[in-house]
Amino acid sequence: LRKNVEDFTGPRERSDLGFITFDITADILNGKNGLQTLIFDWNVKQLFLYLSAEYSTKNNALNQVVLWDKIMLRGDNPRLFLKDMKSKYFFFDDGNGLKGNRNVTLTLSWNVVPNAGILPLVTGSGHVSVPFPDTYETTKSY
Amino acid sequence: STALLFFSGSMEPAFHRGDLLFLTNRIEDPIRVGEIVVFRIEGREIPIVHRVLKIHEKQNGDIKFLTKGDNNAVDDRGLYKRGQHWLEKKDVVGRARGFVPYIGIVTILMNDYPKFKYAVLFLLGLFVLVHRE
Repeated sequence: LRKNVEDFTGPRERSDLGFITFDITADILNGKNGLQTLIFDWNVKQLFLYLSAEYSTKNNALNQVVLWDKIMLRGDNPRLFLKDMKSKYFFFDDGNGLKGNRNVTLTLSWNVVPNAGILPLVTGSGHVSVPFPDTYETTKSY
Repeated sequence: STALLFFSGSMEPAFHRGDLLFLTNRIEDPIRVGEIVVFRIEGREIPIVHRVLKIHEKQNGDIKFLTKGDNNAVDDRGLYKRGQHWLEKKDVVGRARGFVPYIGIVTILMNDYPKFKYAVLFLLGLFVLVHRE
């Protein structure tokens, strides 16, 4: 699982707004019992995939923001090969905690939606740390 | 734990109208992005079942979070009370842990077992008669 990102922060009103561009290359597998098997078994209807950023700031001990999500239906190829993706949702911080934040971690996770039964949330192995710069960009277009 | 009958289209294609959702409401369970929570907006009776999109949690455990229906184009801020930008732990009624496609099963049974279909129709008929005002 690999993600590559490029980023800068821009001031919006009074909260930091982060911009991240990313690539995702992933194989979604079922890692139960240490064996890797097909994720789409007879009782898996769909996967709700989401890329989330997790970080700490002065204001908040834990922040999690979903940047991008995708629904993968049974029958779809459980592989992702995405390049130059922009985040689907605005990456606002609750304050100014993105500026100079060196430890923003991006993780890919998914909610397994069965035909019937339990709804587990699974976190993919592999994550990427994204450092935000110390200065704001004021003119870059996104 | 409780069960709730789901009647909205905002979480398709995961859940459909008529699905039966099973919830837990353990207060110790942390609220994290990706989870499906059932919450109530102050002043409204009908709970909403959507996914957590953003959380900001303080050291002491105080948390504020934002939700969105999978099938909706925008997040739920427009649904919250006027002036309310976030949900808090107190708004949470439960967490969706599992579900059964309720209507689906009934329809399948009705198709495969005609006797079952007649029984259902008969019972429905009785129900209507008994509740006629």
